[in-house]
Amino acid sequence: MTVTELVSYEDALATFEPVMGLEVHVELGTKTKMFCGCSTALGAEPNSQTCPTCLGLPGSLPVVNAAGVESAIKIGLALHCEIAEWCRFARKNYFYPDMPKNFQTSQYDEPIAFNGYLDVQLEDGEIFRVEIERAHMEEDTGKSTHVGGATGRIHGASHSLLDYNRAGIPLIEIVTKPITGAGERAPEVAKAYVAELRELIRSLGVSEARMEMGQMRCDVNLSLMPKGADRFGTRSETKNVNSLRSVERATRYEIMRHAAVLTSGGTIVQETRHFHEDDGSTTSGRIKEEAEDYRYFPEPDLVPVAPARAWVEELRKGLPELPRVRRNRLREEWGVSQHDMQSILNAGAVDLIEATIEAGADSAAARKWWMGELARRANEEGVALSALPVTPAQVARIAALVADGSLNDKLARQVFEGVLAGEGEPDEVVEKRGLKLVSDDSALGTAVDEAIAANAAIADKIRGGKVAAAGALVGAVMKATRGQADAARVRELILEKLGVEG
Amino acid sequence: MPGITREEVAHLARLSRLELKAEELDHFAEQLDVIIGAVARVSDVAAEDVPPTSHPLPLTNVMRPDEVRPSLTPQEALSGAPAQEQQRFKVPQILGED
Repeated sequence: MTVTELVSYEDALATFEPVMGLEVHVELGTKTKMFCGCSTALGAEPNSQTCPTCLGLPGSLPVVNAAGVESAIKIGLALHCEIAEWCRFARKNYFYPDMPKNFQTSQYDEPIAFNGYLDVQLEDGEIFRVEIERAHMEEDTGKSTHVGGATGRIHGASHSLLDYNRAGIPLIEIVTKPITGAGERAPEVAKAYVAELRELIRSLGVSEARMEMGQMRCDVNLSLMPKGADRFGTRSETKNVNSLRSVERATRYEIMRHAAVLTSGGTIVQETRHFHEDDGSTTSGRIKEEAEDYRYFPEPDLVPVAPARAWVEELRKGLPELPRVRRNRLREEWGVSQHDMQSILNAGAVDLIEATIEAGADSAAARKWWMGELARRANEEGVALSALPVTPAQVARIAALVADGSLNDKLARQVFEGVLAGEGEPDEVVEKRGLKLVSDDSALGTAVDEAIAANAAIADKIRGGKVAAAGALVGAVMKATRGQADAARVRELILEKLGVEG
Repeated sequence: MPGITREEVAHLARLSRLELKAEELDHFAEQLDVIIGAVARVSDVAAEDVPPTSHPLPLTNVMRPDEVRPSLTPQEALSGAPAQEQQRFKVPQILGED
């Protein structure tokens, strides 16, 4: 292994133009595998979801999952691709124990979808069009556990253990055309593309596309060419870059590494590389030429897929609004900035806020609670916002109670606490915890009188016209009522009793 | 004449993880050459109007609904495995030390 001195990012970009190619694998959320009826449910015990077909036993025959094909077409259409009139599966032959058949059933020169694009929006609002080469259907591999080496690495392992539950789960591989012209924004474009693709896949309902669960994985191809050149340089392929942040880091690292090799007179080896989450570096994997002898040929056990045009058009009609278009529409409806919308998206709050508004809350209140109190709670507990045990309807109810003056923000936070603790619906929590805001004059009157008596000096100032000093008395009343007084009404009562105009 | 070389047979053998002796390489190169030659004659017969065929039946779109069917039990799945550990298929070292 060679240790490479990196060239600074700025220096690299001063001399070279980066060219990227992104390959994203999406595990579909179908109930069964691509070519057999085995369940795809997560968390099953090892090798409990296999059959003769996905184990590659002699005599078994695959049959295509209709839902897998439908999902592939939907993805293709959402990426503005053409959908093949007729296409075949192919065997990609390789000898590795993660595939018991010794080949992966994939598609070769006849992908189901091709020639599309995805517009991605960068942080500053700029739209960058990423062209799509193809999206094809294939299957996932089994899961290997390497035993006997250091920290589960394949290097130095004495042997490996295979669980084939994942072998045969439908995958869609989405490949971009070479992405040029991104310049210094290449890492940002790569990240934005994967993020947008993830949103798109989710909006189609074909996969949850959770990168941390391996449901979406990205390979980053990168090469550099001298500025002004028209021939691409030799590329490296960094495999399994499995978070948005890692996509950005891996791209950046490879730009600096390639620049270092090229400026010192070296040549880039066409190889696969491994990305390391801990320090953001990549290291050499296998040399590509040796591994690429896949001897593809048409899969004889599966007949061609020829999606009827009527079916394709029906699926096209059923496509949801594209995520970027929807986000921009909601952003305008909610009246928030590009930056705030990005934060809402990053927090996974777009759908939740929209549902809360649909349940009757105004947009400011819906955003405030999800992005404030609830985001804080989710963050503390290390769970997704959507995983908190509170529904948009409940948030809308609490917002309504604040809007009609039954609760103030402080009490509302206590209601949230109760709902999250499983104490019931917001109204029940208000009831059980006795959190109604006190705005009844007779109940407040005593507390106000006491506060005035205890703070005579302040009361005099207010009588003398310093209305702003009333805040201190309001505070005293709030404290005495443990925050349950209606602060606005308290202020009115204080000024009334002291004979001052508010 | 298509012609298949000894080196190509050695390459294919390596990809297929087959250990072939020197005389076997010569032997198979000769045999494969004959087979490829025979298959090539099909191309002589098939004119422009005959499309390449990968499937003998005029069928498309054979699909099944996305419905779960029973799997094998882990014991059944592993019953043919030469070795197993932790209810998983046990395979020899994949990469050497280098």
